[in-house]
Formats: sequence, structure tokens, C-alpha cells
Amino acid sequence: MKISLFIPCYVDQLSPHIGIAMVNVLERLGHQVDYPEGQTCCGQPAFNSGYFPEAKKVADHFLDTFADADLVAVPSGSCTAMIRKFYPELYQDSPQSAEVSELSGRVFEFTELLVNQLGVTDVGAKLEGTATYHDGCHGLRELGIKDAPRRLLENVEGLSLVEMDEGQSCCGFGGTFAIKFPQISTAMTQVKLGSATQTEADYLISGDPSCLMQIGGYFSRQKSPIQCLHIAEVLDQQ
Amino acid sequence: MSQSTNPTTQFQTDANRVTADVDRRSFLRSSLRGYQKTRTATQERFLSYESARIAAGDAKWEAIENLDVYLAQFADKLESRGATVHWCSDSEEARSAILEIIKKHDAKSVIKSKCMTTEEIHLNELLEKEGFEVVESDLGEFIVQLRDEAPYHFVFPAMHLKKEEINTLFQEKLKSINTDDPEELTMVAREVLRQKYLSADIGISGANFGVAETGMISITENEGNARLTTALPKVHIALMGIEKIIPRLEDLALMLPMLATAGTGQHLTCYNSQLGGPRQDDESDGPLEMHVVLLDNHRTRLLADPEQRDALRCIRCGACLNVCPIFKNVGGHTYGTTYQGPIGSVITPHLRGLKDWKHLSHSSSLCGACSETCPVKIDLHHHLLRNRRDAAGKGQGGLAEKVLMLGFTIVMRRPWLYRLTGRLGKIGHVLTKPIHGTRIDPFYAWKKTRDLDDPAKQSFKQYWKSRK
Repeated sequence: MKISLFIPCYVDQLSPHIGIAMVNVLERLGHQVDYPEGQTCCGQPAFNSGYFPEAKKVADHFLDTFADADLVAVPSGSCTAMIRKFYPELYQDSPQSAEVSELSGRVFEFTELLVNQLGVTDVGAKLEGTATYHDGCHGLRELGIKDAPRRLLENVEGLSLVEMDEGQSCCGFGGTFAIKFPQISTAMTQVKLGSATQTEADYLISGDPSCLMQIGGYFSRQKSPIQCLHIAEVLDQQ
Repeated sequence: MSQSTNPTTQFQTDANRVTADVDRRSFLRSSLRGYQKTRTATQERFLSYESARIAAGDAKWEAIENLDVYLAQFADKLESRGATVHWCSDSEEARSAILEIIKKHDAKSVIKSKCMTTEEIHLNELLEKEGFEVVESDLGEFIVQLRDEAPYHFVFPAMHLKKEEINTLFQEKLKSINTDDPEELTMVAREVLRQKYLSADIGISGANFGVAETGMISITENEGNARLTTALPKVHIALMGIEKIIPRLEDLALMLPMLATAGTGQHLTCYNSQLGGPRQDDESDGPLEMHVVLLDNHRTRLLADPEQRDALRCIRCGACLNVCPIFKNVGGHTYGTTYQGPIGSVITPHLRGLKDWKHLSHSSSLCGACSETCPVKIDLHHHLLRNRRDAAGKGQGGLAEKVLMLGFTIVMRRPWLYRLTGRLGKIGHVLTKPIHGTRIDPFYAWKKTRDLDDPAKQSFKQYWKSRK
């Protein structure tokens, strides 16, 4: 199947290895991977700051870029939620609303694409150790993604999963919130660190690179031995 | 709570202080973890808690959508049994109405049961200034009153205090024995309060629900103090927001357990009283007069907003606070509002002005834990987003932010410019190395507490190009 990738702007610039891991996994499963090169951003930074008309302009560009895509895979629950849940709100009562709702149905977060669309729960990955999973809020609450990543991780050879007490608590990122209220944002990650440490896990895995930026950035500042990984990186381990 | 500066500065300053208080935060978290466990267990005893949420939301929705009809019905029924209903459009009118009743009765002392709406209109301050003795009879409220503090949480007013602190407070203010046993502390308070009930001329309560069909207010509590407050003094005044209406008596069969479950994790609270007027001719007890003060105070402004009027469904259970990571880390006083937490952040801009209170809508990661737990399904976190939109639309984000967003749009619509910006960003990153981590680093707000990866040597776009 031909799968088009949407690599969010900050993944493109800061953590391209997540995108590369996703390409590897999808190709290993025999899919044809496509990357529409005009892509930039979904518009969420403007949207979450309240600048809806500006966000819509960026969304227009996304719609143009992915107009021909059959299936779009995104390594982020948050960006997926923007497209699938909030684009329809942005385009309410606009002439493009039908196009938007049609496109929304073709955009999937990476793990839900694998499990629910492609029917894969075992990608043949191997990783030794104990891991705990952090649910990104957008993926979890806007899109209802909870089982898919866990089913994939359960089938990673050598990996055992332990749940954190605060697994479903927000990591504290929240986009501009992390900059506007750094003290609250950091306090939230501090709670996450305490909870992750209690599990004695070697890895903290998430489906959202923005959460990982926050969690990883704080964990490394605190010299925590826990390694933060995107689920695509884990599934790419052989 | 610092009172002097503007609400945004006050919020930031208090948030700095509380987030640095690791011990207090951990105390809050462990209390709320206990709540969450009990609540989850209680929810599981519903055949379908989700269906109950939908039904509860619908019942409140019906009331809100027909408020004109139900309010009139509620008032008529109450008045037909001898109660007086006062219609107050704002805080000032409600304060005057209440003050007038108290003065008319030549009262000296007032006993109150828990009522957040009185906090909203700053009633205690007014009455004390007028020379009346005002005593809060709810244990938590009594404690914060002794400390001269606002309630920390609109359901658990003194949840921030440890029993040792309450011991110290009671010894100091009530000359009590030295004990941090919760039961003994409760007895100390009870002793003081019993005397106050007997000597009080006026009892003031709130109302959790106003039943339109029967013209009754319904009060939910655990201590029995509201029963005494509304029954012993010769005059009872109930203050309620107009959104507290529910259509039918049978709606209580759902609303009472929902309020208890979401509020405290109980199946039902220990006491639920329905009061439909003063003492009738054939009755032997109850107050001689009953006044119900109905307060708008900009609730109708929210009612006029088709997107956010569902916030009027709120039954003030406090569940959204209990799961909110912001609340758990900044505590209740930081909000500087009558209603804390997500619901407070949603409605305060409507009640008190967006310009001064928009920061509450920004101080959220939009995680959605509040909407997920709300027993009447208010779209809380999306309303925060809508408040942000309204603030930005009015230019309240400031020029710098507007320019930044314009720049963002220009770059993100042009792939060539996006690529160029990426390259310039890398160069900028190298050039600004000397200031990295310092206060003039543009990423200082982030880097003060968190590391940040350097831009990748090769972006994904470049990787893809090199692959081909």
C-alpha cells in the first residue's frame, strides 16, 4: 500500500531520526512510502495560540500538499489530532469542509495506522529491557489511542512493559504553554519523572515527539538514566 | 495570595512560589490520588457511568435552554409557600438584598453553610464591615475563615492544610488542646459551632440545585451543618446562581449521586436536604422566613454564547480540579478566582472580563483530563481554546505575537522559505552559541529547566532528497 508521510516541522528539524525509523518500519512491512516534499507544518502552533485564521492558512497548504494522498501516516498523536479533529472545526461552514472531512478520514497516527488500518501488531522488533509508555494527551483523549501502542510494544522481543501511576497525566508540554508558563510545565514533568523512576524502567516510550522533547529535555537535565524513545525508533530496532 | 498586582502577574508569581514547594504539591497529589481511586470505584458501580453522564448533561441542558420558563416556575412555586424570591442581576444587587433582610431583622450574628456564590459576591467582607458576626459552619470553610483565606478548592476549601497546621491554627485561634487527631479537631470545631447555631439570627446557605417543578432548593453536604444553618435561625437566606435550576424533582435521583460521585467519590453524600419554603402553619419547626436570592452576575452573558453556554451545566462538583495537572501543581489560591481549576478558567473570562483573565485559558496544556471527567460533559478544554481564539481575535495577544504568527504563516505556506528558515536556524544556532543557556538566549524560558536538542545536521527533508 502506498503510504504518504507527514513529518511535522519540529521532527523534520530536530528529530528526523523518528521519521527515518518510521520509513524503515513501513518499508520493512512491504509498503511503498511517499513523502510529499512541499509539506511544512499542520498549523497547530498558531491554532493553539488562538490564531485560527492564521492556522487555517497553514492548513490550506497542508490540504494542497496531501490532496492526492491515499493514506497519511504521522509520527505524532498531536499533529494527527490537529488535522483530524480540529481542521473540521476550522473549516466549518467553508466551501472546503467536505474536502477536509474526507481528508481527515485518511490521516492516522503511526501506531493506530499499523494496528487499526494495516492490521499489524508484531513488526518483528527487538529491544532488551523494561519500558513504560507515556500517552500523549492529544492521541489519548482527542483520538482515543490507547491500546494500539501497547499492543505493538508487547510484541517487541525482549521488552517488558510497566505502567506508570501517572502514565496518562500530561507531561507538561502543551506547545506555547511550555514557554509561557515554564514553571508549571516543568513541575508537571517533574511529576512524570518521579512516576517513571518508580517503575524502574530503562525506557520511556511515547508516540508523540513533542512530549519526548519535554520529557527527554527534563530527564536529561536531571541526569535521569531513563532513555526516552519514540515508538517508531523502538519498532525499528532489530 | 498576593492581591496587589494585575491578575496575570499575580498568577505567574504565585505559580512560581507553589511549583517550587515540592512538599505541598506532593501532599496535594497524594490527597487527590485517594479521591481518584475512590471515585473510580464508585463510577464502576454505575451500570454505565457514561450513560449517566449523558443523562445528567441532558437534564442540565434542558434547564439551561429553557431557563426563562423554569426559573419562573421555580420562583412561583416557592412564593406560593411563603418564600420571598429576589432577582438580582449583579453582585451589588444581591449584596444589598441580603443586607436589607439582615438589617430588617435587627440581626447580630449570621451563620453560614458552604456557599461559593457568597464568595463570588464577597458577602462575608460586606457583612463584617457592617458589624455583623459571620461564622462559616462547614468545617473546611471554618478553617479557612480562621486563617482569613479564600477557599482553596470550591469543594474542599481547606485541602491544602495538613492536620498539624490545623492543630496549630486551632490552638492559636480557639485556645484548643494540642492534638492533630482529625476526629478530635472536628470535635473542637463542633463545640464552637454549636453555640453559634443557637445564637445566630440569620442562616445563609447556597443551593446545589433548584427544582423548578416543585419550587425547592436542594443542598448537598456531609456534615449536617447546612441542615442546622437552614433550620435553626428564624430567617434563612439561600443564594444561588440562576444556572442551578433543574427541571424535575426526579432529576435529583440522578444529579445527587452524580454530584457525590464526581465531587468526593461517595455514592451519595451523608445529607441531602430539599427545602421548599419557610415553616408552614401546620409545621413545628423551620425558619419563619425564607428568602431565595437568584443571582445572574453575567451568567446570562455566558448563556448568550452558543459555543460555551454548556458551561452553565456545571454542578460545581470540582472533579475537573481534582484531575487537572495545572491545579495540582499551582494550587487553588494561585488562580485568584472564586472558581478555581478548569471550570474557573473557562467561565471567569465571561464573568469578569477576557482581557484580565485570558491568561487562565493559556495556562493549560489542553490535556483534556477535565473534559474527560466532567459529569455533565462540558467541553472544558476546548472552551479554553475558544477563549484563546477570542482573545487573539481582539488583539489581546499583543503586537509581537501577532507578528510572530504572521511570520509563521508566511513561512509555512512556502516550502522554499521553510527550507531556508531551517538552514538559517542552524546558522543562527551556531552563531548564538556564546549566549546559549544565558538569560538572553531566546530559548531561555525552555532551557532554564530543560535541555534542547541541537538542530539535526540533516533534516528529514534532506534525508529524503539524499535517498532518491
